[in-house]
This record gives sequence, structure tokens and C-alpha cells, in this order.
Amino acid sequence: MTPLPLVRMKDIRKQFGPTAVLTDACLDIFPGEVHILAGENGAGKSTLIKILAGVYQDWEGEVEYFGNARRLRSTEEARRIGVSVIHQELSLVPGMTLAENLFLGRNRTRFGLVRRREQRQAALGWLAKVGLAADPDSPVDHLPLAAQQLLEIAKALLGDARVIVMDEPTSALSASDVNRLFGLIDQLKKEGRGIVYITHKMEEIERLADRITVLRDGAWIGTKMAAELPVRELIRWMVGREVNQVTTREHVPVGEERLRLERFSVRGRGGQEIIRNVSLTVSKGEIVGLAGLQGSGVTELLEGLFGSFGDATSGKIWVNKQLVNIRSTRNAMRNRLALVTADRKSKGLNLEGSIIHNVIIAALPSLSPWGWRRRSTEREATDRQVRALRLKAPSLHSAAWQLSGGNQQKVVLARWLLTTPHVLLLDEPTRGVDVGAKEEIYRLIQQWTQEGMAILLNSTDLPELLALSDRILVLHRGEVTASLQRAEANPEKILAAAMGRLGTQ
Amino acid sequence: MTAILKKPAFLASAEARAVLALFLVFLLGLIFNGDGAFLQAGTHRDALRQASVTGILACGMTVVILAGGIDLAAGSILAFSAISFSIFAIWWAWLPFLAIVAAIGCGLACGVVSGSLTSGLRIQPFIATLAMMVFARGLAKSISGGVKVSTSLPNADGTYHSIQLPAIFRQIDSRFAGDNISVVTLIFLMCAALCWVLLSRHRFGQYVYAVGGNEEAARLSGVPVGMTKIAAYAISGAMAAIAGICQAAQEQQGDPEAGSGYELTAIAMVVIGGTSLTGGRGGVGLTLLGTVIIGYLEKILSINAVPEANRLMLTGVIIVLAVLTQRRGGRGA
Repeated sequence: MTPLPLVRMKDIRKQFGPTAVLTDACLDIFPGEVHILAGENGAGKSTLIKILAGVYQDWEGEVEYFGNARRLRSTEEARRIGVSVIHQELSLVPGMTLAENLFLGRNRTRFGLVRRREQRQAALGWLAKVGLAADPDSPVDHLPLAAQQLLEIAKALLGDARVIVMDEPTSALSASDVNRLFGLIDQLKKEGRGIVYITHKMEEIERLADRITVLRDGAWIGTKMAAELPVRELIRWMVGREVNQVTTREHVPVGEERLRLERFSVRGRGGQEIIRNVSLTVSKGEIVGLAGLQGSGVTELLEGLFGSFGDATSGKIWVNKQLVNIRSTRNAMRNRLALVTADRKSKGLNLEGSIIHNVIIAALPSLSPWGWRRRSTEREATDRQVRALRLKAPSLHSAAWQLSGGNQQKVVLARWLLTTPHVLLLDEPTRGVDVGAKEEIYRLIQQWTQEGMAILLNSTDLPELLALSDRILVLHRGEVTASLQRAEANPEKILAAAMGRLGTQ
Repeated sequence: MTAILKKPAFLASAEARAVLALFLVFLLGLIFNGDGAFLQAGTHRDALRQASVTGILACGMTVVILAGGIDLAAGSILAFSAISFSIFAIWWAWLPFLAIVAAIGCGLACGVVSGSLTSGLRIQPFIATLAMMVFARGLAKSISGGVKVSTSLPNADGTYHSIQLPAIFRQIDSRFAGDNISVVTLIFLMCAALCWVLLSRHRFGQYVYAVGGNEEAARLSGVPVGMTKIAAYAISGAMAAIAGICQAAQEQQGDPEAGSGYELTAIAMVVIGGTSLTGGRGGVGLTLLGTVIIGYLEKILSINAVPEANRLMLTGVIIVLAVLTQRRGGRGA
């Protein structure tokens, strides 16, 4: 006999204005299972979850919670009946302590006054349960992202959530943190809670899934036990066509040196060295991969190289064999460098701005002689990039926030291509991007190397890094711990070096 | 909640909503026409003329708000510039052109200081311009000796004598096209046009939207963030100075107390037009509509002899209603 589902969603339909986002979506969540919700970006996963969590009220269809059909009026109501969602953007209040965040909205009080000591005591227990060793009285701002995520889970458990939804929880976590999270998920499963897990990463699906539901274009495609759904079939469900999982790198003859760093260091705000004495070269047509766990400093290396840290850097930089002095992002751009940042929303796009605005902004000085804009030139330049990158959008005047993750990333790529860089710094270029767009970005990266660009690539997605890189440098706490040729690199070696064991120099 | 605020498709753009709001205000005027006063050309001319000075402030305010800032000093800079202009033109009898340029320079300089405080010293715009607001008001009182700068000058024995009012004052306060359009209104339209050109036809405008939309992303895209902010505040300062010159011309004197609270009306005009206070979204065309909406509202209330007290309360209510209609539905998500 199968147990009753905790939640049953049936024939859900939802519209945003004239566009249907969900046409007939279904989802059952049983106790003690990890249910993967898969689908390309824009398939409607987030919308379905928001309906589940009471964010939206104007939808059609039927939802049963714990056997009773009901329509939630608020996220608060969802929390009260035991449905908790951990969003990609965490909802912790900066400036408040761990304990305060944990008990936010359900404070232990006497006569309306918060009983801090009792909360603190209780917080210790909850933090221990999720394996978070931190002082409940320290502010959450200083917590690493992984720990914040654990705190969110503790918050859900504190509300005795029987259904916990995690929306791409590992997108910013390092490998060891991911393992910790997975351990916790196993434990929650044993306690009979239902977990809905949204992810784009195949390894995670293989590791966690009990059952898988796939959405495509707002419609339910199918639900199957994970064991009965091979990877190829799953991908076919998601994209409606077969895709090679990870691209293969075509050989590009390596040309002359484009970028050389010697003893490059970056200091953080506190004056501590985040990057210490890194030396590397990248040549024309070459992709050099950078690997590192959370806190390794890879992002800071790229941003420091791009002038974002001002004069808090030291060491020597040669671009096209010329010794250069990069003290600002404008400096870096003048030297034909381009940086695609890891965090698209906070550091890449002006979400309110149109596609044209976002694409031309970096190349604007050359597009607008004497400062006056030439709209037709701008439109043509944007249109050229949009076609080359196969960016899908209703119009070039659409705002960036209206686009899916993959198309947003293409907007950022288009911006930098327009500046015709010699050295392209890519920080997590496929984070939060759906399978189809990932493939296209891989294809583009290869194409650019054929056109003579030199690429420095950071990715926490190891199969991706291994597939694309000609060489891989591994960083640990701001220092290079291994330099691997394509042929000798494998995940084991990279992880060992990333965790601080010195490898082949 | 969402169902109540659901909007038909033709109101998808902020422009359409602002035009609708203006239409409703007009309708209001036709219904409560103050015994036919609303139907006379003079009423419309005066409504526009009276809104023009704050409208000029609102143009500069739009640039600053789009860049993600706020300029609380605009009203005080207006007073400082009005005083400067009156001193140059009346007391020192400078050439009109010189007096105007110098007065605009005074406002511009104040704006540059505000901008430098926020971008160079990283003081929050609210605080930096609050400081400039107090400082510029003090400056206005200091250079005027705390009195109005007018054509009547004190004699040694305590009596007063009058000197000639420079022609430029009357010229700015005159009308043309058969008495139907005020020069001040024309100046306002020219200021709006100038801001529009800068915002949508010049590189600078794209920088303003980029900085207001996402400052960090703008910086990483090579946008000169600091210079953009300083320029935005400088434009606001210059606009405040132009408004000050107009105000001085209308009052035929420089008043150190002039323009206090105008910055708040200007902000209301910007917001009612539909420009987002968080920056990066909106435009000066919207502010033009916002200015006309507020101008007409005040006129309609005054021709219907609504008492001052009720007028203020009504204006407060209407600002809330206008902003509610301007609110965009939830972001896609």
C-alpha cells in the first residue's frame, strides 16, 4: 500500500497577464522522498513552487495539503501548516543574529517580550541538528553562504515543516558544503519529510533523486522513479530533443601569449591577502580553467585582474606582451580584457534596462562619437550579437528581468563580445542556466577560441571545466596548488589540490 | 489584492498611466469648473505658469532620481541662486546675461559639491543633500544679510530709496503669443527638453540609467560611476538655479526664504509621473506629465475656493492614489 501524499497538486494553470506560465502542471510529494523537479529555465518550476507556498493566489487547479484541498492565502499560512520553501535568494535578515533569524516570526515571548536566553539555548539545539557550528549570537552577515543555507533549513525544521522545497540550494556552495547538505537531506528523508529539490546539475539528480517530475513550457511531461529514468531520457524529457551531456573540446592551435601574470596578489578590505603570488599565462586560442572550492579566491582573482579591487593588487600583468598597470575596470577594458561575473543579477545586469541598454553599455564610448548616441548603430550592433548568440527575446527593448537565466547570460556575453576583447574572463558562465543554453554557451566559448580569444574560465561544475579547459590551475586559499594538463586532469586530482594537498606543479 | 490592482493591457506603460491620470484630472476640472473658470484660457496659462518653477526643479530631480539618488537641496539651492542673481543684477547691475550665467554657476557648484559628497566620500544621498539643503539656505541668508534683495536700498539715516528694477526681471515674468503663454513656462519646457536630450540622446543618459539600475554592474562595465553621479547632481543644481532666477523675476526680488519645501513637491511630481524612486526606471517625459497633473490639481482646487487646509489634505490623498495607479504589477517572477 502506498502512503498518502503530503501534497498533491493537480492541473495547475497560471497566467501572467496574457502569457500562460503553467498550462497543466502536476506534482505529488510523498513522505520520505526526495522529489526532483526538473526542467529548463522558464519551464515553470519556480511558479509551481510559489503556488505551493502560497505566494500566488490567482491560479486555477487543485492543491491538497495533507489530505485537505485548500487555497493558501499567504506564505505565512504555508509555513504554519508545514510547507517551507528555501529560495535561491536567501531570506535572512542581515544585521540580526542567528538566533534572532531562527525565531523570526515565532519568537519565544513572555508578556510580549522576547525571551532571548531561552531562544539562544533552543537555537543551539537546532543549529546542532543541521550540523552548523556557529555562535547563535553572531550576526548572519558574517556567515558563509553555505552556513546561511543550513540556517534556513534549521528555520524550516523549527517550524516543523513536513514539506521542504529547496530551489537550487547548491548553486553557490563548494563541494564539501554540498556533501554536508546532502547528508542532511538524507536525514530529513529518514524522518519522513517530503523534500522537493530543484536543480540543473545531473550529479545531484543522480545522487539524490527518488522520483523525478519534469516540466516543460509550463506543462507536466512526466513523473518517474529515478531508477527507471536514465539520464538521456531525462534530458530528452527536459529539452524535447537529445543533447550530448557535456561538450567535447575541439583542438585549437595555441598561438602567441595574450595574458601573463607574475606573482599577482589581491588584498581584501581588511588588508589580508585573498590571492597570493599567482602566476599564469593564457595564449591565443587557449582556455585555462581555474578550479577552487568556496573561499579559494578564484572570483577575486578574476575581479582583481579586471581592476575591480583598484590598487589593492600587486604583481605584474602583461597583456599581448605589454606590461600594463590595471587599476580600474576602465583600465582593464582599455587593455582588451572582459569579465563575465559569476553573479549575473547583482554584478552583471541592469535588470530594469532593455536588452539594447545592457548589451551596449560597455562599448558605448566607441558607439557614440562625441557622446551622442546613434540608435540605429546600437540596434544593429545588438541585433548582430543577439543573432550570433541565438538569444531569444520578444524584442530588443524587452527588459532584462523578463528573460530566462540562459538568455540573461547571453545578454552579458553579448555586452563583452561587443568590446572585442583579447582576453575573456569567465566566472561561472553557466550558473543557473538551463541545459539547452549551456550547450550553446559551450559551443560559443569554443568558437571564440577559434577566433583567437584567450579565455580564463572559472567553474564549480567539474565536468564542464574538464571538458572545456586546455589546462587547469587549482587554487586553495588564494594560492595555486596544482597545474594540470588536459590529459592528466581528473576530478580526484582537482579536488585533492583544491582541498590543499599539493599536486603536480 | 492583485485582483483589485490588475490593469488592462493598454495601461502597461508608465506613459499611458500618466496620460490617463492627467485625463482624469482634466475631467475633474470640467466637472468642478469653478463657475466656468476652468474653461478660460487664462486659467490654463496660470496653472502651467504656477507649476513651472517647481517643474524646473522636477526636471533636475528626475536625473538624480534615475541615477539612484535624491536631491533634498534643490529648494535651498533655488533660494541661494535667486539671491545671487538678484545681487548680481540689482545691486551690482551686471549685464543680464552675465548675471544669469553666474547664478546658474552658483547652483551648479552646489550640485557638484552634493555629488562629490555622495560619490567621493560615500555619504548617503539623503544625508549629503540634507546637509547641502541646510548649508545652501545658510549661504543664501549670509550673502543677503538675512533680508530680501530688492530695489529698495537703505539710506544712511534709516530711510529707504528705490532704484530701477533691471528689465530682465520683467522680461522673464512676461507672456507672449497673445498673452497666452508665460515665458517661465517656456523656460520650463526648454529645461525638460534639455534633460530629455541628455537622458535619451546622449551617452550620459545611458550611464545614468545604468548607475541607477545596478551600480555595481555599471562599475564592472566600465561606466564612470562617480562622474555620472556628480554630473546628475550638477544638473539638478543648475536646474534649481534656473528655477531660482524665474522665482526672483516673478517676485521682483531675491528672497532667502524662497523655495523651501519645493524639493518635496518636485519629488512628488517625479513620482506621480511614474519614475521609480529606486532609480533606473522612468524619464523626464513622465515628469512633464507629473508636473502638469500637480499644476492642474492645485489650480482646480483653488478655482473652486477649496480652503487651504482641505487642499493640503486632498493633495496628500491624490498623491497616494496617483502612485498606486503608477505601480507596476509584480515583476514576472
